[in-house]
Amino acid sequence: MIAVKRVVLDVLKPHQPNALEFCQALSAAVEGSTVRVTVIAVDEKTESLEVSVEATLIDFDLLQAVISKMGGALHSIDEVEVKNEPSI
Amino acid sequence: MLMNIYRKAEFLLNITRSQGIARRYFVVNGFDGALTMLGMILGFQLSASAPLSITINACLGAAIALGVSGASSAYISELAERRHALIKLEEAMLEDLQESAHSEAARWVPMIIALVNGSAPLFISLVILSPLLLTHAGIVLPISPLFLAIILALIIVFLLGVFLGRIAGTSWLRSGLQTLFIAITTSVLIFLFTGY
Repeated sequence: MIAVKRVVLDVLKPHQPNALEFCQALSAAVEGSTVRVTVIAVDEKTESLEVSVEATLIDFDLLQAVISKMGGALHSIDEVEVKNEPSI
Repeated sequence: MLMNIYRKAEFLLNITRSQGIARRYFVVNGFDGALTMLGMILGFQLSASAPLSITINACLGAAIALGVSGASSAYISELAERRHALIKLEEAMLEDLQESAHSEAARWVPMIIALVNGSAPLFISLVILSPLLLTHAGIVLPISPLFLAIILALIIVFLLGVFLGRIAGTSWLRSGLQTLFIAITTSVLIFLFTGY
């Protein structure tokens, strides 16, 4: 099974919810995850984030849905780490 | 379930930064409700003894009208404001936000604020009218229900001032006395211009 272990995303989001709430929402969606959010740039109404998510198995569609739900827009996938795990 | 609704409402108010607006509406319309009831009850007190049922019906009518007016006006104006804010945010994001929490907030926040704005004067009016309602229900009070209602109105106006003082981080006593002064000034004006 190809499991996505780590992704680094470039995300644009409104100021609210703030980076902490955004990070918590992403972490809540992916079980056992570690999420790091770095604010790269702040504009009048928006901010650009570098979002790094690490987990044993990342459901990318779910991650994208949470980003959209929080008002964010996924601009690019900057880094990906996947692992081909033997099926049990 | 109630906790979930509360958390959801808190989240939506937070992302639209509307907590302050809801609080302001609560005080403004609550103050309206308290002063209107104070004015009406003083008017009845100064009039030749009107039956209690007439006083209650007139005051309840005014309380309901204040509630409906507060809810509908807040809903209409907040809906327009939230839609405008959502359009501006979509322009900044270059993205359709219809599936986002922001779109949900644009639909729900006006309803939450309308509920606050409508219920504040209605609830406060009912508290002020409670001595009249109790007397009407046959419960004997130690003092005149109209007098007790006036005292309640003054206490509520004072408490609204205390609430504002605590928000502003200034002296709660000073703020409470300020709003109480407004209520007493209103009472004096009513004494001067009514009772013919």
